[in-house]
Amino acid sequence: MTTNNNHELISIDNLSKAFKKQEVIKNLTIHFREKERIALIGQNGAGKTTLIRCILGQYNYEGDMKVFGMNPRKERKDILQHIGFVPQMPPPIKLTVKELLNFFVTITKTPADTFIRLSHEMGLPIEDNYHKPFFKLSGGMKQKLLISFALGRQPKILLLDEPSANLDPQARTILFDHLRNFPLDTLMILSSHRMDEISGLVNRVVEMDLGNVVLDKIISKQT
Amino acid sequence: MKKLKKIVSSTWFQILNTDVRQHLRSKWFWTYSILFGGFVAAMFSTGITESQIIGFVGLSRLMVTFMQISMVILPIYVLITTVRSVVGDRESNVMEYILSLPISFSGYFWGKFIARFLMTYIPVFIALLGAAVYGSFTELSVPWDLFALYSALLASMIFCFLGISMFISSVASTQDLAISTAFILWLILVAFLDLILMGLMLKLRMDAGMVIGFGMLNPLQVFRTAVLVLFDPELTVMGTASYYILDTVKRELFILFAIAYPILLGLFLGMAGNRYFRKHDII
Repeated sequence: MTTNNNHELISIDNLSKAFKKQEVIKNLTIHFREKERIALIGQNGAGKTTLIRCILGQYNYEGDMKVFGMNPRKERKDILQHIGFVPQMPPPIKLTVKELLNFFVTITKTPADTFIRLSHEMGLPIEDNYHKPFFKLSGGMKQKLLISFALGRQPKILLLDEPSANLDPQARTILFDHLRNFPLDTLMILSSHRMDEISGLVNRVVEMDLGNVVLDKIISKQT
Repeated sequence: MKKLKKIVSSTWFQILNTDVRQHLRSKWFWTYSILFGGFVAAMFSTGITESQIIGFVGLSRLMVTFMQISMVILPIYVLITTVRSVVGDRESNVMEYILSLPISFSGYFWGKFIARFLMTYIPVFIALLGAAVYGSFTELSVPWDLFALYSALLASMIFCFLGISMFISSVASTQDLAISTAFILWLILVAFLDLILMGLMLKLRMDAGMVIGFGMLNPLQVFRTAVLVLFDPELTVMGTASYYILDTVKRELFILFAIAYPILLGLFLGMAGNRYFRKHDII
Protein backbone atom coordinates (compact mmCIF):
# COMPACT_ATOMS: atom_id res chain seq x y z
CA MET A 1 0.00 0.00 0.00
CA THR A 2 1.49 3.32 -1.08
CA THR A 3 0.57 6.99 -1.13
CA ASN A 4 2.32 9.66 -3.16
CA ASN A 5 3.96 12.81 -1.80
CA ASN A 6 0.63 14.57 -1.47
CA HIS A 7 -0.66 11.66 0.62
CA GLU A 8 -3.16 10.90 -2.09
CA LEU A 9 -5.07 7.72 -1.41
CA ILE A 10 -7.30 7.94 -4.46
CA SER A 11 -6.27 9.67 -7.67
CA ILE A 12 -8.73 9.81 -10.53
CA ASP A 13 -7.78 11.27 -13.92
CA ASN A 14 -10.15 11.56 -16.87
CA LEU A 15 -12.44 8.84 -15.59
CA SER A 16 -15.41 7.98 -17.77
CA LYS A 17 -17.99 5.30 -17.25
CA ALA A 18 -20.85 4.46 -19.57
CA PHE A 19 -23.60 1.86 -19.42
CA LYS A 20 -24.44 0.84 -22.97
CA LYS A 21 -24.41 4.26 -24.58
CA GLN A 22 -25.33 6.34 -21.55
CA GLU A 23 -22.34 8.07 -19.99
CA VAL A 24 -22.78 8.22 -16.23
CA ILE A 25 -19.35 9.66 -15.36
CA LYS A 26 -17.77 12.05 -17.82
CA ASN A 27 -14.06 12.72 -17.90
CA LEU A 28 -13.83 13.15 -14.15
CA THR A 29 -10.58 14.23 -12.53
CA ILE A 30 -10.36 14.38 -8.76
CA HIS A 31 -7.91 13.44 -6.02
CA PHE A 32 -8.63 12.38 -2.46
CA ARG A 33 -6.01 12.53 0.28
CA GLU A 34 -5.42 11.16 3.75
CA LYS A 35 -7.33 12.86 6.57
CA GLU A 36 -9.97 14.22 4.25
CA ARG A 37 -13.59 13.96 5.30
CA ILE A 38 -15.54 14.37 2.10
CA ALA A 39 -19.23 14.98 1.60
CA LEU A 40 -20.07 13.56 -1.81
CA ILE A 41 -23.36 15.15 -2.68
CA GLY A 42 -25.61 15.34 -5.69
CA GLN A 43 -29.00 14.34 -6.94
CA ASN A 44 -30.02 10.85 -7.94
CA GLY A 45 -28.22 9.88 -11.13
CA ALA A 46 -25.36 12.30 -10.48
CA GLY A 47 -22.87 9.40 -10.54
CA LYS A 48 -22.02 9.10 -6.83
CA THR A 49 -22.73 5.38 -6.48
CA THR A 50 -21.06 4.64 -9.82
CA LEU A 51 -17.94 6.47 -8.64
CA ILE A 52 -17.92 4.47 -5.40
CA ARG A 53 -18.30 1.21 -7.33
CA CYS A 54 -15.40 2.18 -9.60
CA ILE A 55 -13.25 2.79 -6.52
CA LEU A 56 -14.31 -0.64 -5.18
CA GLY A 57 -13.15 -2.25 -8.46
CA GLN A 58 -16.64 -3.40 -9.40
CA TYR A 59 -16.83 -1.57 -12.72
CA ASN A 60 -14.61 -1.30 -15.76
CA TYR A 61 -13.95 2.28 -16.76
CA GLU A 62 -11.99 4.46 -19.11
CA GLY A 63 -9.28 6.77 -17.82
CA ASP A 64 -6.85 6.36 -14.98
CA MET A 65 -7.58 5.56 -11.38
CA LYS A 66 -5.21 4.60 -8.58
CA VAL A 67 -6.21 3.60 -5.07
CA PHE A 68 -3.22 3.35 -2.70
CA GLY A 69 -1.20 3.62 -5.92
CA MET A 70 -2.80 0.44 -7.27
CA ASN A 71 -5.27 -0.35 -10.04
CA PRO A 72 -8.71 -1.08 -8.51
CA ARG A 73 -9.53 -3.71 -11.13
CA LYS A 74 -6.22 -5.53 -11.24
CA GLU A 75 -5.28 -5.30 -7.55
CA ARG A 76 -8.80 -5.23 -6.17
CA LYS A 77 -8.29 -7.70 -3.36
CA ASP A 78 -5.21 -5.92 -1.96
CA ILE A 79 -6.99 -2.58 -2.07
CA LEU A 80 -10.14 -3.86 -0.41
CA GLN A 81 -8.13 -5.04 2.61
CA HIS A 82 -8.09 -1.37 3.60
CA ILE A 83 -11.52 -0.13 2.54
CA GLY A 84 -14.64 -0.17 4.70
CA PHE A 85 -17.93 0.19 2.84
CA VAL A 86 -21.54 0.73 3.84
CA PRO A 87 -24.03 0.40 0.97
CA GLN A 88 -27.07 2.55 0.38
CA MET A 89 -29.47 -0.39 0.74
CA PRO A 90 -28.62 -3.31 3.03
CA PRO A 91 -28.57 -6.41 0.82
CA PRO A 92 -30.89 -9.36 1.56
CA ILE A 93 -28.16 -11.69 2.82
CA LYS A 94 -29.65 -15.00 3.94
CA LEU A 95 -26.98 -15.86 6.51
CA THR A 96 -27.85 -15.55 10.18
CA VAL A 97 -26.30 -12.65 12.08
CA LYS A 98 -23.88 -15.04 13.80
CA GLU A 99 -22.81 -16.60 10.48
CA LEU A 100 -22.36 -13.18 8.92
CA LEU A 101 -20.25 -12.09 11.89
CA ASN A 102 -18.05 -15.18 11.60
CA PHE A 103 -17.74 -14.60 7.85
CA PHE A 104 -16.57 -11.05 8.46
CA VAL A 105 -14.14 -12.09 11.18
CA THR A 106 -12.49 -14.61 8.84
CA ILE A 107 -12.45 -12.46 5.73
CA THR A 108 -11.27 -9.25 7.39
CA LYS A 109 -9.11 -10.90 10.07
CA THR A 110 -10.65 -8.62 12.68
CA PRO A 111 -11.50 -9.92 16.18
CA ALA A 112 -15.23 -10.57 16.69
CA ASP A 113 -15.18 -8.53 19.91
CA THR A 114 -14.49 -5.36 17.95
CA PHE A 115 -17.63 -5.80 15.85
CA ILE A 116 -19.71 -6.87 18.85
CA ARG A 117 -18.62 -3.83 20.89
CA LEU A 118 -19.36 -1.46 18.03
CA SER A 119 -22.79 -2.96 17.37
CA HIS A 120 -23.65 -2.50 21.05
CA GLU A 121 -22.53 1.11 20.84
CA MET A 122 -24.74 1.54 17.78
CA GLY A 123 -27.67 0.28 19.84
CA LEU A 124 -27.88 -3.22 18.40
CA PRO A 125 -27.62 -6.08 20.91
CA ILE A 126 -26.06 -8.41 18.39
CA GLU A 127 -26.11 -11.53 20.58
CA ASP A 128 -29.92 -11.34 20.88
CA ASN A 129 -30.16 -11.56 17.12
CA TYR A 130 -27.52 -14.22 16.44
CA HIS A 131 -29.99 -16.77 15.09
CA LYS A 132 -32.06 -14.40 12.98
CA PRO A 133 -31.35 -14.32 9.25
CA PHE A 134 -29.80 -10.98 8.39
CA PHE A 135 -32.47 -10.16 5.80
CA LYS A 136 -35.21 -10.49 8.41
CA LEU A 137 -33.77 -7.73 10.63
CA SER A 138 -35.37 -4.29 10.42
CA GLY A 139 -33.80 -1.76 8.02
CA GLY A 140 -32.23 0.13 10.92
CA MET A 141 -30.79 -2.99 12.53
CA LYS A 142 -29.23 -4.10 9.26
CA GLN A 143 -27.67 -0.72 8.72
CA LYS A 144 -26.27 -0.64 12.27
CA LEU A 145 -24.67 -4.02 11.76
CA LEU A 146 -23.13 -3.07 8.42
CA ILE A 147 -21.80 0.17 9.91
CA SER A 148 -20.27 -1.81 12.79
CA PHE A 149 -18.59 -4.13 10.29
CA ALA A 150 -17.23 -1.23 8.23
CA LEU A 151 -15.95 0.81 11.18
CA GLY A 152 -14.62 -2.18 13.09
CA ARG A 153 -12.11 -2.97 10.38
CA GLN A 154 -10.29 0.33 11.01
CA PRO A 155 -9.92 0.92 7.28
CA LYS A 156 -7.69 3.51 5.64
CA ILE A 157 -10.60 4.53 3.41
CA LEU A 158 -14.20 4.56 4.56
CA LEU A 159 -16.88 4.71 1.88
CA LEU A 160 -20.36 5.36 3.18
CA ASP A 161 -23.19 5.51 0.67
CA GLU A 162 -26.14 7.20 2.43
CA PRO A 163 -25.19 5.52 5.71
CA SER A 164 -27.83 7.15 7.88
CA ALA A 165 -30.81 6.56 5.57
CA ASN A 166 -32.38 3.84 7.73
CA LEU A 167 -31.18 5.01 11.14
CA ASP A 168 -33.23 6.45 13.99
CA PRO A 169 -32.07 9.86 15.35
CA GLN A 170 -30.22 8.31 18.28
CA ALA A 171 -28.31 5.89 16.09
CA ARG A 172 -27.46 8.72 13.70
CA THR A 173 -25.94 10.74 16.54
CA ILE A 174 -23.91 7.72 17.64
CA LEU A 175 -22.77 7.06 14.07
CA PHE A 176 -21.64 10.65 13.57
CA ASP A 177 -19.84 10.61 16.95
CA HIS A 178 -17.98 7.52 15.82
CA LEU A 179 -17.09 9.08 12.51
CA ARG A 180 -15.89 12.22 14.25
CA ASN A 181 -13.61 10.18 16.50
CA PHE A 182 -12.34 7.91 13.76
CA PRO A 183 -8.52 7.80 13.28
CA LEU A 184 -7.48 11.09 11.73
CA ASP A 185 -5.47 9.70 8.85
CA THR A 186 -8.52 7.88 7.46
CA LEU A 187 -9.99 9.16 4.23
CA MET A 188 -13.75 9.26 4.62
CA ILE A 189 -16.18 9.69 1.74
CA LEU A 190 -19.79 10.17 2.75
CA SER A 191 -22.33 10.13 -0.01
CA SER A 192 -25.49 11.89 1.09
CA HIS A 193 -28.49 13.89 0.01
CA ARG A 194 -28.59 15.71 3.33
CA MET A 195 -25.70 18.13 3.54
CA ASP A 196 -27.11 19.71 6.71
CA GLU A 197 -26.71 16.42 8.54
CA ILE A 198 -23.07 15.84 7.73
CA SER A 199 -21.80 19.40 7.42
CA GLY A 200 -20.24 19.35 10.89
CA LEU A 201 -18.38 16.22 10.05
CA VAL A 202 -16.64 17.00 6.79
CA ASN A 203 -13.81 19.25 5.68
CA ARG A 204 -14.43 19.10 1.95
CA VAL A 205 -17.56 19.09 -0.15
CA VAL A 206 -17.68 17.55 -3.60
CA GLU A 207 -20.89 17.98 -5.52
CA MET A 208 -21.56 15.88 -8.59
CA ASP A 209 -24.08 16.47 -11.32
CA LEU A 210 -24.61 14.49 -14.49
CA GLY A 211 -21.39 12.59 -14.02
CA ASN A 212 -19.03 15.41 -13.26
CA VAL A 213 -17.85 17.56 -10.35
CA VAL A 214 -19.67 20.87 -10.25
CA LEU A 215 -18.39 21.99 -6.84
CA ASP A 216 -15.23 21.08 -4.96
CA LYS A 217 -14.73 23.12 -1.84
CA ILE A 218 -12.54 22.85 1.24
CA ILE A 219 -14.75 24.01 4.10
CA SER A 220 -12.35 23.80 7.02
CA LYS A 221 -8.67 23.22 7.68
CA GLN A 222 -7.63 19.64 7.80
CA THR A 223 -6.96 18.49 11.32
CA MET B 1 -2.86 -28.76 9.84
CA LYS B 2 -1.44 -25.45 8.63
CA LYS B 3 -2.58 -26.25 5.11
CA LEU B 4 -6.09 -27.03 6.33
CA LYS B 5 -6.22 -23.74 8.23
CA LYS B 6 -5.12 -21.93 5.09
CA ILE B 7 -7.90 -23.57 3.06
CA VAL B 8 -10.55 -22.82 5.69
CA SER B 9 -9.57 -19.15 5.84
CA SER B 10 -9.35 -18.80 2.05
CA THR B 11 -12.02 -16.65 0.44
CA TRP B 12 -13.37 -19.36 -1.90
CA PHE B 13 -13.84 -21.68 1.06
CA GLN B 14 -15.66 -18.96 2.99
CA ILE B 15 -18.00 -18.38 0.03
CA LEU B 16 -18.50 -22.15 -0.24
CA ASN B 17 -19.24 -22.32 3.48
CA THR B 18 -21.81 -19.50 3.37
CA ASP B 19 -23.46 -20.93 0.25
CA VAL B 20 -23.77 -24.38 1.84
CA ARG B 21 -25.33 -22.84 4.95
CA GLN B 22 -27.81 -20.91 2.85
CA HIS B 23 -28.67 -24.08 0.96
CA LEU B 24 -29.32 -25.94 4.18
CA ARG B 25 -31.93 -23.36 5.06
CA SER B 26 -33.57 -23.32 1.64
CA LYS B 27 -36.87 -25.12 1.06
CA TRP B 28 -35.73 -25.98 -2.49
CA PHE B 29 -32.85 -28.02 -1.15
CA TRP B 30 -34.93 -30.03 1.30
CA THR B 31 -37.71 -30.61 -1.22
CA TYR B 32 -35.12 -31.87 -3.69
CA SER B 33 -33.40 -34.11 -1.13
CA ILE B 34 -36.65 -35.56 0.16
CA LEU B 35 -37.84 -36.10 -3.41
CA PHE B 36 -34.88 -38.30 -4.30
CA GLY B 37 -34.95 -40.17 -0.98
CA GLY B 38 -38.69 -40.57 -1.51
CA PHE B 39 -38.20 -42.04 -4.97
CA VAL B 40 -35.96 -44.76 -3.61
CA ALA B 41 -38.39 -45.53 -0.76
CA ALA B 42 -41.32 -45.55 -3.19
CA MET B 43 -39.51 -47.88 -5.57
CA PHE B 44 -38.77 -50.36 -2.79
CA SER B 45 -42.32 -50.19 -1.45
CA THR B 46 -43.89 -50.70 -4.88
CA GLY B 47 -41.78 -53.80 -5.44
CA ILE B 48 -39.77 -52.49 -8.38
CA THR B 49 -36.87 -54.72 -7.36
CA GLU B 50 -39.01 -57.71 -8.22
CA SER B 51 -40.04 -56.49 -11.67
CA GLN B 52 -37.90 -57.11 -14.71
CA ILE B 53 -36.40 -55.08 -17.54
CA ILE B 54 -34.32 -56.74 -20.27
CA GLY B 55 -33.58 -59.57 -17.90
CA PHE B 56 -32.65 -57.30 -15.01
CA VAL B 57 -34.29 -57.55 -11.62
CA GLY B 58 -33.40 -56.53 -8.08
CA LEU B 59 -31.27 -53.51 -7.25
CA SER B 60 -30.01 -53.15 -10.83
CA ARG B 61 -33.59 -52.57 -11.94
CA LEU B 62 -34.07 -50.02 -9.17
CA MET B 63 -30.85 -48.20 -9.97
CA VAL B 64 -31.64 -47.96 -13.68
CA THR B 65 -35.05 -46.48 -12.88
CA PHE B 66 -33.40 -44.09 -10.40
CA MET B 67 -31.02 -42.93 -13.10
CA GLN B 68 -33.85 -42.42 -15.57
CA ILE B 69 -35.64 -40.26 -13.01
CA SER B 70 -32.37 -38.39 -12.35
CA MET B 71 -31.97 -37.69 -16.04
CA VAL B 72 -35.37 -36.06 -16.12
CA ILE B 73 -35.10 -34.04 -12.92
CA LEU B 74 -31.43 -33.21 -12.32
CA PRO B 75 -30.54 -31.14 -15.39
CA ILE B 76 -33.55 -28.84 -15.15
CA TYR B 77 -33.21 -28.60 -11.35
CA VAL B 78 -29.52 -27.66 -11.61
CA LEU B 79 -30.18 -25.22 -14.44
CA ILE B 80 -33.11 -23.39 -12.87
CA THR B 81 -31.69 -23.15 -9.34
CA THR B 82 -28.13 -22.28 -10.38
CA VAL B 83 -28.72 -19.74 -13.14
CA ARG B 84 -30.34 -17.53 -10.53
CA SER B 85 -27.27 -17.58 -8.30
CA VAL B 86 -24.81 -15.07 -9.78
CA VAL B 87 -27.39 -12.92 -11.56
CA GLY B 88 -29.66 -13.07 -8.49
CA ASP B 89 -26.88 -11.83 -6.21
CA ARG B 90 -26.21 -9.10 -8.75
CA GLU B 91 -29.81 -7.94 -8.89
CA SER B 92 -30.33 -7.99 -5.13
CA ASN B 93 -27.09 -6.06 -4.46
CA VAL B 94 -25.73 -8.92 -2.35
CA MET B 95 -22.83 -9.07 -4.78
CA GLU B 96 -22.09 -5.35 -4.48
CA TYR B 97 -21.68 -5.79 -0.75
CA ILE B 98 -19.91 -9.14 -0.60
CA LEU B 99 -17.46 -8.07 -3.30
CA SER B 100 -16.65 -4.86 -1.46
CA LEU B 101 -14.74 -7.21 0.84
CA PRO B 102 -11.29 -8.58 -0.02
CA ILE B 103 -12.69 -11.54 -1.95
CA SER B 104 -11.38 -12.35 -5.41
CA PHE B 105 -13.88 -12.69 -8.25
CA SER B 106 -12.61 -16.20 -8.93
CA GLY B 107 -12.88 -17.13 -5.24
CA TYR B 108 -16.49 -15.96 -5.26
CA PHE B 109 -17.33 -17.79 -8.50
CA TRP B 110 -15.68 -21.14 -7.75
CA GLY B 111 -16.76 -21.08 -4.11
CA LYS B 112 -20.36 -20.90 -5.30
CA PHE B 113 -19.71 -23.51 -7.99
CA ILE B 114 -18.28 -26.09 -5.61
CA ALA B 115 -20.94 -25.43 -2.95
CA ARG B 116 -23.68 -26.02 -5.50
CA PHE B 117 -22.01 -29.16 -6.75
CA LEU B 118 -21.86 -30.59 -3.24
CA MET B 119 -25.42 -29.60 -2.37
CA THR B 120 -26.78 -31.16 -5.55
CA TYR B 121 -24.65 -34.28 -5.65
CA ILE B 122 -24.69 -35.34 -2.00
CA PRO B 123 -28.50 -35.93 -1.76
CA VAL B 124 -28.62 -38.09 -4.93
CA PHE B 125 -25.51 -39.98 -3.90
CA ILE B 126 -26.97 -40.64 -0.45
CA ALA B 127 -30.23 -41.82 -2.05
CA LEU B 128 -28.32 -44.23 -4.32
CA LEU B 129 -26.10 -45.41 -1.46
CA GLY B 130 -29.17 -45.79 0.74
CA ALA B 131 -30.70 -48.08 -1.89
CA ALA B 132 -27.55 -50.20 -1.99
CA VAL B 133 -27.28 -50.42 1.80
CA TYR B 134 -30.98 -51.22 2.23
CA GLY B 135 -30.74 -53.76 -0.56
CA SER B 136 -27.83 -55.53 1.14
CA PHE B 137 -29.87 -55.76 4.39
CA THR B 138 -32.78 -57.31 2.52
CA GLU B 139 -30.44 -59.85 0.97
CA LEU B 140 -30.63 -58.43 -2.53
CA SER B 141 -27.32 -58.70 -4.33
CA VAL B 142 -25.73 -55.26 -4.65
CA PRO B 143 -24.31 -54.50 -8.12
CA TRP B 144 -21.35 -52.44 -6.88
CA ASP B 145 -19.97 -51.97 -10.40
CA LEU B 146 -23.27 -50.40 -11.43
CA PHE B 147 -23.30 -48.35 -8.23
CA ALA B 148 -19.79 -47.01 -8.92
CA LEU B 149 -20.58 -46.18 -12.54
CA TYR B 150 -23.86 -44.48 -11.71
CA SER B 151 -22.27 -42.46 -8.90
CA ALA B 152 -19.62 -41.24 -11.33
CA LEU B 153 -22.18 -40.52 -14.07
CA LEU B 154 -24.36 -38.51 -11.69
CA ALA B 155 -21.35 -36.47 -10.53
CA SER B 156 -20.31 -35.91 -14.11
CA MET B 157 -23.76 -34.79 -15.28
CA ILE B 158 -24.28 -32.47 -12.31
CA PHE B 159 -20.85 -30.92 -12.88
CA CYS B 160 -21.64 -30.42 -16.56
CA PHE B 161 -24.96 -28.68 -15.96
CA LEU B 162 -23.43 -26.58 -13.21
CA GLY B 163 -20.83 -25.33 -15.68
CA ILE B 164 -23.56 -24.51 -18.20
CA SER B 165 -25.67 -22.79 -15.53
CA MET B 166 -22.84 -20.74 -14.05
CA PHE B 167 -21.89 -19.59 -17.53
CA ILE B 168 -25.46 -18.48 -18.30
CA SER B 169 -25.70 -16.86 -14.87
CA SER B 170 -22.51 -14.84 -15.42
CA VAL B 171 -23.47 -13.65 -18.87
CA ALA B 172 -27.21 -12.99 -18.41
CA SER B 173 -28.19 -9.49 -17.36
CA THR B 174 -31.42 -10.45 -15.56
CA GLN B 175 -32.81 -13.45 -13.72
CA ASP B 176 -35.69 -13.73 -16.18
CA LEU B 177 -33.32 -13.89 -19.13
CA ALA B 178 -31.12 -16.45 -17.36
CA ILE B 179 -34.07 -18.71 -16.51
CA SER B 180 -35.57 -18.47 -20.02
CA THR B 181 -32.19 -19.30 -21.61
CA ALA B 182 -31.71 -22.27 -19.30
CA PHE B 183 -35.17 -23.59 -20.03
CA ILE B 184 -34.80 -23.29 -23.80
CA LEU B 185 -31.42 -24.99 -23.66
CA TRP B 186 -32.88 -27.86 -21.66
CA LEU B 187 -35.72 -28.24 -24.16
CA ILE B 188 -33.23 -28.41 -27.04
CA LEU B 189 -31.11 -31.01 -25.27
CA VAL B 190 -34.17 -33.13 -24.49
CA ALA B 191 -35.50 -32.73 -28.03
CA PHE B 192 -32.24 -34.02 -29.47
CA LEU B 193 -32.22 -37.25 -27.51
CA ASP B 194 -31.85 -40.36 -29.66
CA LEU B 195 -35.43 -40.74 -30.83
CA ILE B 196 -35.40 -37.41 -32.63
CA LEU B 197 -31.90 -38.12 -33.89
CA MET B 198 -33.11 -41.33 -35.46
CA GLY B 199 -35.97 -39.43 -37.06
CA LEU B 200 -33.57 -36.84 -38.44
CA MET B 201 -31.31 -39.50 -39.79
CA LEU B 202 -34.13 -41.20 -41.63
CA LYS B 203 -35.81 -38.10 -42.90
CA LEU B 204 -32.84 -36.04 -44.06
CA ARG B 205 -30.80 -39.03 -45.19
CA MET B 206 -27.88 -37.57 -43.31
CA ASP B 207 -24.69 -39.47 -42.73
CA ALA B 208 -25.53 -41.65 -39.76
CA GLY B 209 -22.07 -41.41 -38.23
CA MET B 210 -22.28 -37.65 -38.27
CA VAL B 211 -25.70 -37.62 -36.62
CA ILE B 212 -24.56 -39.98 -33.90
CA GLY B 213 -21.40 -37.93 -33.41
CA PHE B 214 -23.53 -34.82 -33.11
CA GLY B 215 -25.77 -36.64 -30.64
CA MET B 216 -22.78 -37.57 -28.52
CA LEU B 217 -22.09 -33.88 -27.98
CA ASN B 218 -25.35 -33.72 -26.06
CA PRO B 219 -24.48 -34.45 -22.41
CA LEU B 220 -27.99 -35.78 -21.80
CA GLN B 221 -27.57 -38.25 -24.65
CA VAL B 222 -24.18 -39.35 -23.33
CA PHE B 223 -25.66 -39.86 -19.86
CA ARG B 224 -28.61 -41.83 -21.18
CA THR B 225 -26.49 -44.09 -23.32
CA ALA B 226 -23.97 -44.70 -20.53
CA VAL B 227 -26.77 -45.64 -18.13
CA LEU B 228 -27.90 -48.32 -20.57
CA VAL B 229 -24.50 -49.62 -21.55
CA LEU B 230 -23.81 -51.71 -18.45
CA PHE B 231 -27.02 -53.67 -18.34
CA ASP B 232 -27.53 -53.71 -22.11
CA PRO B 233 -23.96 -54.19 -23.38
CA GLU B 234 -25.10 -54.30 -26.99
CA LEU B 235 -27.28 -51.21 -26.55
CA THR B 236 -30.06 -53.05 -28.30
CA VAL B 237 -32.71 -50.64 -26.98
CA MET B 238 -31.02 -47.88 -28.95
CA GLY B 239 -31.40 -49.67 -32.24
CA THR B 240 -29.15 -48.52 -35.04
CA ALA B 241 -27.46 -45.87 -32.92
CA SER B 242 -25.73 -48.58 -30.91
CA TYR B 243 -24.21 -49.98 -34.08
CA TYR B 244 -22.36 -46.74 -34.73
CA ILE B 245 -21.40 -46.08 -31.14
CA LEU B 246 -20.07 -49.52 -30.31
CA ASP B 247 -18.55 -49.97 -33.73
CA THR B 248 -16.62 -46.72 -33.39
CA VAL B 249 -15.45 -47.05 -29.79
CA LYS B 250 -15.10 -49.91 -27.36
CA ARG B 251 -17.59 -50.12 -24.52
CA GLU B 252 -14.93 -49.27 -21.87
CA LEU B 253 -13.79 -46.28 -23.85
CA PHE B 254 -17.35 -45.09 -24.21
CA ILE B 255 -17.87 -45.30 -20.43
CA LEU B 256 -14.69 -43.29 -19.92
CA PHE B 257 -15.93 -40.74 -22.45
CA ALA B 258 -19.35 -40.58 -20.78
CA ILE B 259 -17.72 -39.64 -17.48
CA ALA B 260 -14.94 -37.38 -18.77
CA TYR B 261 -16.74 -35.44 -21.52
CA PRO B 262 -19.47 -33.84 -19.36
CA ILE B 263 -16.88 -32.93 -16.71
CA LEU B 264 -14.63 -31.29 -19.29
CA LEU B 265 -17.58 -29.49 -20.88
CA GLY B 266 -18.72 -28.23 -17.46
CA LEU B 267 -15.19 -27.18 -16.55
CA PHE B 268 -14.73 -25.36 -19.85
CA LEU B 269 -18.01 -23.48 -19.52
CA GLY B 270 -17.32 -22.78 -15.84
CA MET B 271 -13.95 -21.29 -16.76
CA ALA B 272 -15.56 -19.24 -19.54
CA GLY B 273 -18.21 -18.01 -17.09
CA ASN B 274 -15.56 -17.10 -14.54
CA ARG B 275 -13.55 -15.26 -17.17
CA TYR B 276 -16.61 -13.28 -18.27
CA PHE B 277 -17.44 -12.54 -14.64
CA ARG B 278 -13.92 -11.27 -13.92
CA LYS B 279 -13.65 -9.12 -17.03
CA HIS B 280 -17.01 -7.33 -16.95
CA ASP B 281 -18.90 -5.03 -14.62
CA ILE B 282 -20.13 -7.14 -11.77
CA ILE B 283 -23.27 -5.13 -11.13
